[in-house]
Amino acid sequence: MTDITAQMDALPGMDPRAPLLHVDDLHVEFRTRDGVARAVNGVNLWLNPGETLAVLGESGCGKSVTAQAIMGILDTPPGHVTAGRVLYRGVDLLRLPENERRKVRANRIAMIFQDALSALNPVYTVGFQLAELFRVHRGASRREAKRRAVDLLDQVRIPDARRRVDDYPHQFSGGMRQRVMIAMALALDPEVLIADEPTTALDVTVQAQIMSLLADLQRQRNMGLILITHDMGVVADVADRIAVMYAGKVVEDAPVYDIYAHPAHAYTKALLESIPRLDHKGQPLNVIRGLPPALTDIPSGCAFHPRCAYAREICRLEPPPSYQIAPQRVTSCHFVREVLGV
Amino acid sequence: MSDVVLETRGLVKHFPINKGIVFRTKAGAVRAVDGVDLQLRRGETLGIVGESGCGKSTLAKLLVGLEKPTHGEIRVRGEDMVRLGGPALRRARRNIQMVMQDPYTSLNPRMTVGDIIGEPFAIHPDAAPPYGKARAVQELLEVVGLNPDHINRYPHQFSGGQRQRIGIARALALRPEIIVCDEPVSALDVSIQAQIINLLEHLQKELGLAYIFIAHDLSVVRHISDRVAVMYLGKIVETGNHAAIYEQPTHPYTQALLSAVPVPDPRLRGRRDHIMLEGDVPSPADPPSGCRFRTRCWKAQPACADHEPLLEIRQRSPHPSACHFAEIRDVMRRF
Repeated sequence: MTDITAQMDALPGMDPRAPLLHVDDLHVEFRTRDGVARAVNGVNLWLNPGETLAVLGESGCGKSVTAQAIMGILDTPPGHVTAGRVLYRGVDLLRLPENERRKVRANRIAMIFQDALSALNPVYTVGFQLAELFRVHRGASRREAKRRAVDLLDQVRIPDARRRVDDYPHQFSGGMRQRVMIAMALALDPEVLIADEPTTALDVTVQAQIMSLLADLQRQRNMGLILITHDMGVVADVADRIAVMYAGKVVEDAPVYDIYAHPAHAYTKALLESIPRLDHKGQPLNVIRGLPPALTDIPSGCAFHPRCAYAREICRLEPPPSYQIAPQRVTSCHFVREVLGV
Repeated sequence: MSDVVLETRGLVKHFPINKGIVFRTKAGAVRAVDGVDLQLRRGETLGIVGESGCGKSTLAKLLVGLEKPTHGEIRVRGEDMVRLGGPALRRARRNIQMVMQDPYTSLNPRMTVGDIIGEPFAIHPDAAPPYGKARAVQELLEVVGLNPDHINRYPHQFSGGQRQRIGIARALALRPEIIVCDEPVSALDVSIQAQIINLLEHLQKELGLAYIFIAHDLSVVRHISDRVAVMYLGKIVETGNHAAIYEQPTHPYTQALLSAVPVPDPRLRGRRDHIMLEGDVPSPADPPSGCRFRTRCWKAQPACADHEPLLEIRQRSPHPSACHFAEIRDVMRRF
């Protein structure tokens, strides 16, 4: 295991004091027959050890594509990273040769997906798939690898792990499968875990189990967690910081308490107002008019302006700059003051 | 109670599990819906909540006649649909229509919007308006907030939210009194969900519709429903008006379900009453004896395995609750 640390230290640009993960001005486009879809247009994100960053947005906002680009699992073609850097402790992952990047993946940055059934291989037992990680990445013997697989299943609280290790994915329920996915992601002790809609396919009572498991494991390991989701309830429960995405950009990045109490971007505000709340019973919900833009045809200026209640001429003409409105709070809205009501 | 438009009594749907290929024998049954009594009044919304596999979608299919019940009655305006046949059934069905969950697969991609929304008139020619199908379809498009000029477009030319509007227009075509909405917004993005919910509420007010609103999203159900029924493994375990269910739940399952709903307010973090249920929902092919929730319930006693609790008003439950130990616990309490 020491050689993994040594290999990581030898990566070009490695600086243990650099931020754990820093996505800098990332651009991703998909070249399709219908034109170029600009899925990610200059995303900036930071993540510190032990921190939970929620990336919040509706479908097509680029949140999953950002995660895929960080992991280096973008479908290429049609997807292409056209600009930007993904820095892990100062190492630009986008410039690493594939064999080096592969070592970072799983060893340092791991990911879990929404649909655990299709992410697991149906023809191997979960024990085999877990053990494979130790055999390939750590050169463990079969017996040692299996012992560790059982150990991992125990850690993700799968009852009777010693017996379940020989079961196939279809023999597990949805919640249990997601636990297996988490076990697999955590097998090699990553420093960063990216969870892409980990509970969207699950029922609420199971969702609560999985979220509490993730929070416990994160605390034990002081791991950085990027939680990609569209669910503003889940985010409020677990996130430290939230990055709200719209049309391939982070429009607001703020600590969780601030964003719910005083959203500083017109989109965040409208989104929060459109969810059913207790005090709105009997009244129509606040609605964001219109539709999210097609990525092949993103509106000029601020991409949200055709749907925005605050929009004026400038929003159509000029993309809003990033305003630092407080330490750790960034927003890109021409009318921050009006939105905040100050 | 003349304003009851829909009523079910002892509604049961069992799907047989067969064994063998040449000699097929019945090995058991999935008890998807296992004795459901409900009532729906004119102009009201009954929300039905529960987790996957609880039988809520099967219930929806039974109500609109897409599945035939194993036992029980479905009375629409007093007439038992299960016993009707032929033209009488056809006429009765007009009164109860459905909006499906997935706006991508529930519209035929080869039919134009005009054909999709107009199809109910083709099936029920005597309900077709005298002034022609095209005009009726255009009116319906306008009612659901779509451009009437788009009558000749195909479903793929619309977004998810617009497609759901098309599904709603189709359900409205025969001027039903009852619409069964099976997860009508769960495939949509948050900003679009609000648009569809507002449309449904607006239509209800305008047309006096009664809704059966099936969803797993408890905050959406809370917003739209007058009364709520909570289902677990094919049975209704608790029912009451929305305030009773959300503020004074008495069944342990309802309490656990509500406490697991993430609330979009970080200030409540760590202050909420979290009930963490153990394990998963048992298989509906082999439900536990007695109370079906007892295997995951923290209140379970030996008696729960022997006696099935009835859905009734109890000493400590002012509304019907199927738990021997029903007791109010406000899990949604705010500080």
